[in-house]
Amino acid sequence: MADMAASPIGAIPVTAKARRSVAERHEARAGIMLSLPAIVLVFLFIILPVAAVIFLGFTNFELGYSGFEFVGFENYVEAFGDRTFQKSLGNTIVYAAIVTPVSIFMALGLAMLIEAEGIGRSFFRTAYFLPVASLLVAMATVWQYLFHPTIGPINTMLAMIGVSGPNWLGSAGMVLYSLSIIGVWQSVGFNLVLFLAGLTAIPRELYAAAEIDGAKSSWDRFRLVTWPMLGPTTLFVTTISIINSVKVFETVKTLTEGGPNKASEVLLYTIYQEGFVYLRVGYASALTVVFLAILVVLMFFQYRVQDKQVHYS
Amino acid sequence: MSALTLTNIQKSFGGNQILKGVSLDAQPGEFIALVGPSGCGKSTLLRILAGLETADSGDIVIEGREVSQVQAADRNIAMVFQSYALYPHLTAAQNIAVPLVMRRLTRTQRIPFVVPLMPGHRKAVADIHRDVREMAASLKIDQLLDRKPGQMSGGQRQRVALARAMVRRPAVFLMDEPLSNLDANLRVHARGEIVELHRRAGVPTVYVTHDQAEALSMADRVAVMIGGSLLQLAPPQVIYDDPQHIEVAKFVGQPRINLIASQVEENGIIALGAERCVLADRSLPADSQVTLGIRPEFVQVSRSGEAGLPAHVDRIEFLGSEIIVYCRLDGIGETMIAKVTPAEGAGLASGAPVRLSASAEHIFVFGADGTRLASAPLAENAIREAVHG
Amino acid sequence: MSPNGFNFGRVVRLSILSLGAVVFLAPYIFMISTAGKAQSDIFTSSLNLIPQHWFYVENFTKAWSRVHMPTLLFNGVIVCLMILVIQVVIAIPCAYAMAKLKFRAAKAMMVLVMLGLLVPIHATALPLYVGFDRIGALNSYAALVAPFSISVFGIFLFLQFFRAMPDDLIHAARLDGMSEIGVIARVIVPNAWPAITAFSIFSVVAHWNDLYWPLIVVSNQAYATPPLGLLYFRAAEAGDDYGALMAATLIITSPLVGAFLIAQKRFVEGITMTGLKG
Repeated sequence: MADMAASPIGAIPVTAKARRSVAERHEARAGIMLSLPAIVLVFLFIILPVAAVIFLGFTNFELGYSGFEFVGFENYVEAFGDRTFQKSLGNTIVYAAIVTPVSIFMALGLAMLIEAEGIGRSFFRTAYFLPVASLLVAMATVWQYLFHPTIGPINTMLAMIGVSGPNWLGSAGMVLYSLSIIGVWQSVGFNLVLFLAGLTAIPRELYAAAEIDGAKSSWDRFRLVTWPMLGPTTLFVTTISIINSVKVFETVKTLTEGGPNKASEVLLYTIYQEGFVYLRVGYASALTVVFLAILVVLMFFQYRVQDKQVHYS
Repeated sequence: MSALTLTNIQKSFGGNQILKGVSLDAQPGEFIALVGPSGCGKSTLLRILAGLETADSGDIVIEGREVSQVQAADRNIAMVFQSYALYPHLTAAQNIAVPLVMRRLTRTQRIPFVVPLMPGHRKAVADIHRDVREMAASLKIDQLLDRKPGQMSGGQRQRVALARAMVRRPAVFLMDEPLSNLDANLRVHARGEIVELHRRAGVPTVYVTHDQAEALSMADRVAVMIGGSLLQLAPPQVIYDDPQHIEVAKFVGQPRINLIASQVEENGIIALGAERCVLADRSLPADSQVTLGIRPEFVQVSRSGEAGLPAHVDRIEFLGSEIIVYCRLDGIGETMIAKVTPAEGAGLASGAPVRLSASAEHIFVFGADGTRLASAPLAENAIREAVHG
Repeated sequence: MSPNGFNFGRVVRLSILSLGAVVFLAPYIFMISTAGKAQSDIFTSSLNLIPQHWFYVENFTKAWSRVHMPTLLFNGVIVCLMILVIQVVIAIPCAYAMAKLKFRAAKAMMVLVMLGLLVPIHATALPLYVGFDRIGALNSYAALVAPFSISVFGIFLFLQFFRAMPDDLIHAARLDGMSEIGVIARVIVPNAWPAITAFSIFSVVAHWNDLYWPLIVVSNQAYATPPLGLLYFRAAEAGDDYGALMAATLIITSPLVGAFLIAQKRFVEGITMTGLKG
């Protein structure tokens, strides 16, 4: 090794510095060696594909045809002018706008009830968490049966009290709400478990202090202690919930295939159709870039809020 | 009228009796230290007093009002917690303001945005700001007001916690080991400060600590709690000089009091070497087991002579102004600790044979149940009298 | 807080929680009930939870024979296991290096990891599909596993965990003469089981349930994973044979649900840890 040559001139400091740099180099080399496989794979399976998606988004590449040409922003112009994509984007937003707040507040409420209740804690946690651990494609099938317009238990039950139930998954006006119900059912448990952990982490003495400071009602204590102390959890749960609802795919693919009449067409389903069914890779790549941009904006938003609002220490 | 009276407070957790009927009172402006080893129930008693927990039985009277069934918020008490329990999302100023906001503003006034529209609101908020600033100034934490607890040192947090408790004039001030999270230097400094603040505010204070030195140095009266019972409530000097229970004597004082098992002789006479004392109650039968307690500073160490109990020096600790001598009594092998001046201790070395003695007036006698038995030194002529009379 | 009010509050609380639990568990109840019903039974009395004719055997036989269930379950297990092992083996040394070693690329790696956290498989699927198509690797375990060989989330989670480990532990190991690999194998891994368990649960749940990528790269039933197999079954079973469908659903959900019920404490800890760290 040429460390002596590289070290600055001077008698004693040189040896000290040179020695340290041998150790440092050894450590640096070990660091690179250990992380090399990861670095290579990150490039191969994340960086490169993302770059490729951005690149392909500007081309008219289609699988099965050799060669492609640059089309500039044509794919994006087409996308935003396309009724299907507009519908798809709109549906995704509506779905996220329903599932996110409902699953968050339901989870928070349930978590606080479970936390306040001594008995049955682990039973309730299990019950609400079960959907998270279940195969969504399979449970969607069960929901399809529950939602069945004629033989489904839900409509049978509604009929018993004299209400004729809607065609849950079959009518254009209803399908997005039905999917949202499944979405909420599937995600509440995850949020609930996080909120429970957040609640347990709040020091008991803060509630005692709040009581002595004059927070008499449980609402006052919630406002003074629980809600602010859950800030970081709530922020995280919110971000992850929005991202997960933007990524809705399984239920749509399994139950509705985007129908009826594109009423349940969502972002990922559109990308899947364009890219892997119609094999219009260029166009689908442009849509993917839009999808990725949404995720980036959401994450950026989370970091900003985190720095400003909920950073306590 | 007492500022605070607790009568026969009992509390059990799952069949485990934590408080076995504790009674306590505080005069207006008095500083009471509630001291005891961990697990003795002192913190539970404080939490019951605060209204954070409910006693199984017993009465709590604050300023003439029975408050056993009153919510913590309505008891007009303030409390400093061991962990300070500052709201981490609020600045120091906001933390200090919480008790005022919760009490002075109505629920609707507390809703953000609606606030400025309410009549009288501006005045109330301005008053709160003023009170917070005054409080901060008196504790010299003005420069911290915009910081959040996460950006403060332990000592600063402790001051903010004090300010939050003191900003309103409570009927009683409760402190739960407020100094235990500070480092040693700061702790001694903070003791003096709390005493000074208490003197200025004149609010009766119950101060829980496990540190007997803290209790003795700060309080007007010290309440020693052991195993769920209050064993003695008295001024520090009395607690030290006249402990009414062996546990009190053991708990208070550093180094620990020397205890020697002994037996009563005829006519309630008890002997320790050449020294004799006599019990006030002479009916105790001969051969009853008693324990003698002697504070280390009253143990005399002499290197020569025949008087006193023979012993050997085990170990010597030099503490500057004094020397602690650990001795082992010959024969019975019990350890005796003596606290002597450097002059008295000069020339002592481990292994040296010594004679230990203590004057009878400094010997405490405790009965088999641990309670103190009244006793007096017995003069030479009185011995003869006692023996013959 | 009178004793009465307490009781009242408790009754309300428990009622809400129980009602919610019934609603959340209803799909499972109906799944189990319907899997045992004959077609006629399903059409006439959907609210009767106890089947009138005990039809479990028939439905399960049908489900078992239409789609090759053992293949599905085997594929699911083998794919999840391969993904997990590779992810852990790649992520742990990298996270260790980033947490405890000083090297220039560490900062750049951190940026890569944070960016990588943003990118789901849905975003990289198109070029990866084109790539696998070009090299003729579609319909293989390699295609199912390879894109998930790197988990930036894993790196991130282990990184957080390793940072909290005392440096002295590693210094002591080095003084004892261990190489960096030795430090990882004998000091880091034995102390990182909570993180490894948490990550394993996260990874297995995610990939057992993933439909998107298998749907894209697999068209041959021999490589179908459980979600994909169920999709085939539904397509083949066109119509309303809900009895057989529910039986198939039951078979396919039970491994993970069973694992969850047995080790639910670990599951919840794992999700909490991965959740709060992520």
